[in-house]
Amino acid sequence: MASSEYLVEVKDLKEYFPIKTGFFGTTPLKAVDGVSFNIKPGETLGLVGESGCGKTTVGRTLLRLYKPTSGEFYFDGQLVDDKNITDLRRQMQMIFQDPYSSLNPRMTVEDIIGEPLDVHKLYSNRAERREKILHLMELVGLNAEHATRYAHEFSGGQRQRIGIARALAVNPKFIVCDEPVSALDVSIQAQVINMFEDLQEKLGVAYLFIAHDLLVVHHISQRIAVMYLGRIVEIADADELNTHPIHPYTLSLLSAVPIPDPKIAKESKRIILDGDVPSPMHMPTGCPFRTRCRYATEHCAQECPSLTDRGNGHMVACFEK
Amino acid sequence: MATENNVNDLPLPKKNPLSLQIDLSKFEKATDEEKKQQDVMSESTTFFKDGMRKLMKNPLAVGSIIVLILIILMMIVTPHVVPYTYSQIITVDGKRDTGAKNLKPFQYSKMEQAYIAKGGKVFPHVMGTDELSRDYFVRVVYGTRVSFMVGVFASLIVGIIGVLYGSISGYSGGKTDMIMMRIVDIIYSLPDLLVIILLSVVFKETLDFSKVPILQKLGANMVSMFLVFGLLYWVGMARLVRGQILTIKENEYVLAARAIGARPNRIIWHHILPNCISVIIISIALEIPSAIFTESYLSFIGLGVALPMPSLGALASDARSGMQSYPLKLVFPALMIVLIVLAFNLLGDGLRDAFDPKLRK
Ligand SMILES: Nc1ncnc2c1ncn2[C@@H]1O[C@H](COP(=O)(O)OP(=O)(O)OP(=O)(O)O)[C@@H](O)[C@H]1O
Ligand SMILES: [Mg+2]
Repeated sequence: MASSEYLVEVKDLKEYFPIKTGFFGTTPLKAVDGVSFNIKPGETLGLVGESGCGKTTVGRTLLRLYKPTSGEFYFDGQLVDDKNITDLRRQMQMIFQDPYSSLNPRMTVEDIIGEPLDVHKLYSNRAERREKILHLMELVGLNAEHATRYAHEFSGGQRQRIGIARALAVNPKFIVCDEPVSALDVSIQAQVINMFEDLQEKLGVAYLFIAHDLLVVHHISQRIAVMYLGRIVEIADADELNTHPIHPYTLSLLSAVPIPDPKIAKESKRIILDGDVPSPMHMPTGCPFRTRCRYATEHCAQECPSLTDRGNGHMVACFEK
Repeated sequence: MATENNVNDLPLPKKNPLSLQIDLSKFEKATDEEKKQQDVMSESTTFFKDGMRKLMKNPLAVGSIIVLILIILMMIVTPHVVPYTYSQIITVDGKRDTGAKNLKPFQYSKMEQAYIAKGGKVFPHVMGTDELSRDYFVRVVYGTRVSFMVGVFASLIVGIIGVLYGSISGYSGGKTDMIMMRIVDIIYSLPDLLVIILLSVVFKETLDFSKVPILQKLGANMVSMFLVFGLLYWVGMARLVRGQILTIKENEYVLAARAIGARPNRIIWHHILPNCISVIIISIALEIPSAIFTESYLSFIGLGVALPMPSLGALASDARSGMQSYPLKLVFPALMIVLIVLAFNLLGDGLRDAFDPKLRK
């Protein structure tokens, strides 16, 4: 594959989990069902969607924590497979959703942040290791005196910073941020998000920034992808998506964003989706959103729409809009 | 932070005198010094230190530790202080004293009394003597030693097999896990007393340790006892360890370690085992009394260690025949068993409460 302008190229990624049904049989749970996107170096792609739509699975499959069922992932023009993933883990990293379970309670901050250095042997002596760790702690705004403390002694925001320092230790070009702020207080969320932006400016990393909150994603991302039931239904520049959403699901997501001014809020209509999210084990035929879509037609039930360009890289998967 | 500063400027809704609404005007801001105190208070404690502190606060656990230390000291010191051995008939002035049978505690036989009258020194029989003129205190101490050893080694064997099996099963998961656990289920469903009796009989007949020096000293019975424990009782431990590993494996820090590129070896040693080691140690500690108990009843029904080596169960069994005339001989070993088993159980409970409160039922 020739090198291209993209750092991350994902093509038709699928991840099916075999779920035991009955005594011998298994049914595939289609957590991710054909997802494609690209990210340029130093760029942030936001990934939004409601709980259970497969956002975490996308991130984890990229790092090969799960083996993809099918699909291709090119990193820096190189096809990622089981062999080169160990080396590539020096270039891409992940920040986890839950700051409480993502740090080993039996390890000190120093050892947690130092683990990537240990694994990839990124230092020549103890002094250099310590120096690197202290530098990383400073980078994410942690007090150097806390290096010998255990993770359970820290608050959620501080823990997330430790997790970020751990991801930065290998000096990666790409970080999957899996809802890094959704477990935090609102006031701390802002601090941490600003830190993500500062780090991007300083280090030039690219992010896949996962969240279920459109406001947060809009603030940090250059482009946003909206996911529904294992598929991307709309991808566009952040502002374009905010001002000219096309897919009915994106419309309903945007209408759910709280508006601070009560007067404007009263005038704008909230689109409330009827029905529940279908189970990913029993997906509807055709378009996965059609069971809750008010524009759905016969066509939607027969065929699944693929992403089509509506100008300026604004891609939408819908027949009717 | 920002909210703290302008708490006082917030327009508060009017307070109803009966409501429980907090009255902010009664609150004062913390001074810098007070804030600093807060910082100092949350002193960094390691998991181990914290657990030990809790353990030392538990009077039952501390009492058990003291009792166990005393028993161990007694086992070490007695052979150096008391001039009798467990298999030797009491001799007075070089001659065998066959009259020293079934003495009461601190009683002397006729020969000994004569010797004392002549000015000789005789070490008192703290617990009397048995029907073969052997010092009973020494026999009880040796019996304690044997039972103790069986208990500790048997639980170590159980621990090692159980941890290895359980962690392999739990970490690999899938089909391997299923097959390994079905084997455990089968062993679990065997009636253990029956199997122990069968196995000890079989081992007694078939195992020949006369060429292996250490094992020979221990005796075939004791070795077969270890084997029985090793073969039967590891299953409980294996299940426990597997369960622990399954839950720990789901934690995101294990995923994070994989994302970093850590190999399975490192993940097991650095991430999984340190997080279940307390559970493992606690259950090994709780395994000791049950091993001692099993050893005692096996010896009691004649399947335990070989004579003349005493174990607490064997001593109790011997004492059964003369129970009406010499009840004390049953009381001493029985008391010892109770003391050891109780102390280990209480210590195990204390460890569990201190290091892993979640485990409490
Ligand atoms: N290891 C797994 N085995 C089986 N099913 C899984 C596994 N991980 C996730 N799933 C299923 O895949 C679907 C997508 O899960 P995922 O965690 O990716 O959602 P998400 O978008 O990250 O949700 P949230 O916002 O709640 O984090 C869910 O239905 C979930 O039950
Ligand atoms: Mg998630």
